[in-house]
Amino acid sequence: MIEILISILLLLGTFFSISGSLGILRFPDVYTRLHAATKAATLGVACVLLGSFIYLFFDQGIISGKLLLGILFVLITAPISGHMISRAAYNSGVDLWERSEKDHLSKDLKKN
Amino acid sequence: MAIQIIFNVLIAFMWMFLSETYDFVAFVKGLMIGAILLFFLRRFLPGKYYIVRVYKLIKLNFIFLRELIFSTFAIIALVYKPKMTMEPGIFKLPTELKSDWELSLLSNLISLTPGTLTVAVGDDNRTLYIHAMDLPDVEAQINDIKNTFEKAILEVTR
Repeated sequence: MIEILISILLLLGTFFSISGSLGILRFPDVYTRLHAATKAATLGVACVLLGSFIYLFFDQGIISGKLLLGILFVLITAPISGHMISRAAYNSGVDLWERSEKDHLSKDLKKN
Repeated sequence: MAIQIIFNVLIAFMWMFLSETYDFVAFVKGLMIGAILLFFLRRFLPGKYYIVRVYKLIKLNFIFLRELIFSTFAIIALVYKPKMTMEPGIFKLPTELKSDWELSLLSNLISLTPGTLTVAVGDDNRTLYIHAMDLPDVEAQINDIKNTFEKAILEVTR
């Protein structure tokens, strides 16, 4: 029973990671690609780590704090790298995709 | 607030010495007994009863988990769509949060949920500029963030 849960978690994790990589290839500009790179991968890594945590707990009887800390640190660092990359891209003048609808930031920057 | 946590930890240590078991389980038991004692003594201590805030913090975590899972599936649906039909864009989110701590928590939570990404913080620390993957309706998106994350953060910190 518990093996099924572990397999589902591991498969979901790999599925999220693969979808994230595909998203990096398919999406049109820096900002949309960052969505795929930093987010889908976050949940993917978290699922894989959670699966191995449950495996170690039920199969070996080890409570592995390192794996839980790994999830925590991924969750802390992923948004910061995403924010910094997008900010750097915007400040150095990378354009949005031409089909983008609104850009409130460019108006506010010009006012200053 | 801070003094209540210190009292609680002190009571936990006292419980460890009283019961003469020095392990993690005894410490957690002491924390629980301390929380009950502080509940009866809450009128004599400054600030709100702090377990209420701990409860709100746990609630915030669950809200975040729900958003994370739902919006990951939304992004994945976009990845496998044969034609790119979404309308990305950057919108402005006016926020009521004041301190740096609250603001960075909000922007990190926004960045962590797929579909939205904080690009910049306004000079006045009152606006966030957010890039959204699919932005058909700005008002709906703003209300969505305000009703989930901002409300939950305000409940924790105030």
